[in-house]
Amino acid sequence: MSAADAVAYGVEVKAQSNGSMNGNTINITVDGTTLENVPVWIQPGQTQGSIGLAVGFGRTEAGKVGNNVGVNANSLLAPAVSYAEATVVATEVEHGFASVQLAHTMMGRKIVNEINLPTFLSGNAKEWNEKPTFESYKGPLTSFEANLWDDQDHETSHMWNMSIDLNSCTGCGACVVACSLENNVPVVGKDEVRRHRDMHWLRIDRYYSSDMTKEVAEEEGVGAIEKYAKMEVPSESPSVVFQPVMCQHCNHAPCETVCPVGATVHSREGLNHMAYNRCIGTRYCANNCPYKVRRFNWFNYQVNDKFTDVNPSQDDYGRMVLNPDVTVRARGVIEKCSLCIQRIQLGKLEAKKDGRQLTDGEFTTACAQACGSGAIVFGDVNNPKSEVSHLKQEERAYHLLEEVGTQPSIFYQTKVRNRA
Amino acid sequence: MHYESPVRNPLILGDKSYSDITNDIAKPVESKAPRSWWIAFSIAFVMFLWGVGCILYTIGTGIGVWGLNKTIDWAWDITNFVWWVGIGHAGTLISAVLLLFRQKWRMAINRSAEAMTIFSVIQAGLFPLIHMGRIWMAYWVMPIPNQYGTLWVNFNSPLLWDVFAISTYLTVSTVFWYVGLIPDFAMIRDRAINPIQKHIYKLLSFGWGGKAKHWQRFEEVSLVLAGLATPLVLSVHTIVSMDFATSVIPGWHTTIFPPYFVAGAIFSGFAMVQTLLLIVRKIFKMEDYINIEHIEMMNIVIMVTGSIVGVAYITELFIAWYSGVEYEQYAFLNRATGPYWWAYWAMMSCNVFSPQFMWSKKLRTNLVFTFIISIVVNIGMWFERFVIIVTSLHRDYLPSSWSMFSPTFVDIGIFVGTIGFFFVLFLLYARTFPVIAQAELKTILKSSGENFKKHHDEHGAH
Repeated sequence: MSAADAVAYGVEVKAQSNGSMNGNTINITVDGTTLENVPVWIQPGQTQGSIGLAVGFGRTEAGKVGNNVGVNANSLLAPAVSYAEATVVATEVEHGFASVQLAHTMMGRKIVNEINLPTFLSGNAKEWNEKPTFESYKGPLTSFEANLWDDQDHETSHMWNMSIDLNSCTGCGACVVACSLENNVPVVGKDEVRRHRDMHWLRIDRYYSSDMTKEVAEEEGVGAIEKYAKMEVPSESPSVVFQPVMCQHCNHAPCETVCPVGATVHSREGLNHMAYNRCIGTRYCANNCPYKVRRFNWFNYQVNDKFTDVNPSQDDYGRMVLNPDVTVRARGVIEKCSLCIQRIQLGKLEAKKDGRQLTDGEFTTACAQACGSGAIVFGDVNNPKSEVSHLKQEERAYHLLEEVGTQPSIFYQTKVRNRA
Repeated sequence: MHYESPVRNPLILGDKSYSDITNDIAKPVESKAPRSWWIAFSIAFVMFLWGVGCILYTIGTGIGVWGLNKTIDWAWDITNFVWWVGIGHAGTLISAVLLLFRQKWRMAINRSAEAMTIFSVIQAGLFPLIHMGRIWMAYWVMPIPNQYGTLWVNFNSPLLWDVFAISTYLTVSTVFWYVGLIPDFAMIRDRAINPIQKHIYKLLSFGWGGKAKHWQRFEEVSLVLAGLATPLVLSVHTIVSMDFATSVIPGWHTTIFPPYFVAGAIFSGFAMVQTLLLIVRKIFKMEDYINIEHIEMMNIVIMVTGSIVGVAYITELFIAWYSGVEYEQYAFLNRATGPYWWAYWAMMSCNVFSPQFMWSKKLRTNLVFTFIISIVVNIGMWFERFVIIVTSLHRDYLPSSWSMFSPTFVDIGIFVGTIGFFFVLFLLYARTFPVIAQAELKTILKSSGENFKKHHDEHGAH
């Protein structure tokens, strides 16, 4: 339902004090058939006067995961009728949504870089993909040159990097599923997701455009408080961007310095390692992560009764789904994307056994493997023939939050849209 | 004999002799506990037990029983930690720094202030332990040689600095406090009639004999410990502030934090001393020793440190704007106007506006008003830490991860439990320890006692 319709019908979706989302429900009547207590999600871009209702929900025979989720929209459709007039009445019943993202917009920040086609064709990459610089006595330095620390040796061995093309990403979520399966990411259920405790190592951020931008604010003379308040509101008819975000494997990682016991350390191959059995769970690393990709094991998901219904790994049969190459994490430790370290190690060992060099594309991460549009490319940038080392030289390449100085091993490709 | 100018107000009121001081201060220890003590102790003990229950539930089930989430990984736990450490600051300041500056007015309050310090540092120390996901591995933060080969603690981590700072502070404060207690324990020992009580105080007083040599050593060790403790007043909260200042999170990454945290800690510490002593002096009838002069002095400290904190708040806002960093600017704008605006303005009004009343002499010598302000200040200082921790974390760099925090009954239970634990300790202390450093106080009786001052004025100093 669009925001304007929601106002008209008196329904709301509101963020709760604990970070979850609650909304009103409506009764929809078509041709005398009423579908009761349909949860309303306010969707930017939904045409005013229309309601989008997905079919395929409200099942009763789908097993423990699918049963009684949502409402059955098919009941409103008489055979061979593709459209009908509907009446909508708001009800008193509240619905709790499981939403992993509360904020809808980028707040005018450089997160998903996006340009239009003419700008791209102008070829002036220095301008449309400007790298943040730091003033120093040596003159302006990029974040990769401005170092307080001695760098690790990133030349002799492998240097694993990943390129994510925001142009190709459709936001389908296959990578998230593949990652969760490969890495035994705990399934925590709706209640925990509502508390913002999803355990995904890889997530897809979604941002809508807003009518308020920095430029508009400057033009119209809008004050800072009002500007930011309006920036939070997505447009009626927004453009949407997706961005897969996982651990960025920073080479100057904020998480590594703050751990009191050194449970998260850096490898010579550009990876940020997490030693689960050294972690004591202060969660300082998660706080200090600018990308908020670290996940804490709030409960013992493999044993706790609260998760029996949702977590398959609680019975012998369900445990067969776990990947034996990946540790199942205990309660009280932090976990995060490892860039599928088990695959990297296996690949290196196989090559070593055969007495040969690793070749590009011999193995890849679960997310890259699952990506249908080839948006995710993983490889060794120290191998000049690898695809990822070419992609790193692309003029669209940029690092997320480069100005923080984290020097990530993951980089993104600017989105180019064909419009004025 | 030290001479004190008649323009200075007396520090000990009434016509007191040495023996009066002994009697007055030993009285709470020697008499039976009043009914009000039992009521207060029972309430505190129930709160303490409730806290113990919540802590055991957390350790048994997981940190998930708190209200934290993937974005806000610290909230009430570290808020309470910093709050209690801050409260624990006044004790050392009063006993060590004021000793070095020869501020005699500290003598009536240093014992209780130091006791408060130790008890609140104990509460503070609980939180870094129980906030760990795996508390049973807590000893890994100690640089202990181990069988894991080269595995060692990470000296880059401010949390490790915390371990050293807090444990040093607790040790030095406890030793300092105990050394001061020795002659007073001996005083109670000498007066005790009950043989068991006599024996206990005999052990506690380390065979104190009151010889000149004992006094000389006592003075020396007090001075040395004061010298050791003084840098700790500055270092502990400086290091606590570095938990935030060395991070990259907008709103935490602030170079002003060390001095600002130290000022805030002294501010809240003095407020807590004020709260406790206003009760103690009333119940134990010690108004002659802890009098308006002392309360006014402490109110002035509260006013000055409160204003320093206020300047720090405003500096933060200015620097956020001046830095030109959009994340920084948004973080501070969001504090004041975002979803947690109420916490920010609670902090501002309690910490910056309320101490300004103390400019008025009438108000800062008013006991009821002082008591109210002392509680308001501590509420404000709790909000300060909440604002710094939660509002900085809940909206940081990537809006996709923005979230909200709401405490569960366990969060609240543990906090209430530490308040209970604190009062359990303080109430036990008040019944068994001499709450005023009587041996020290006697050294100023003849220079700052009301009757002696009057005598000097009338007959001239001899």
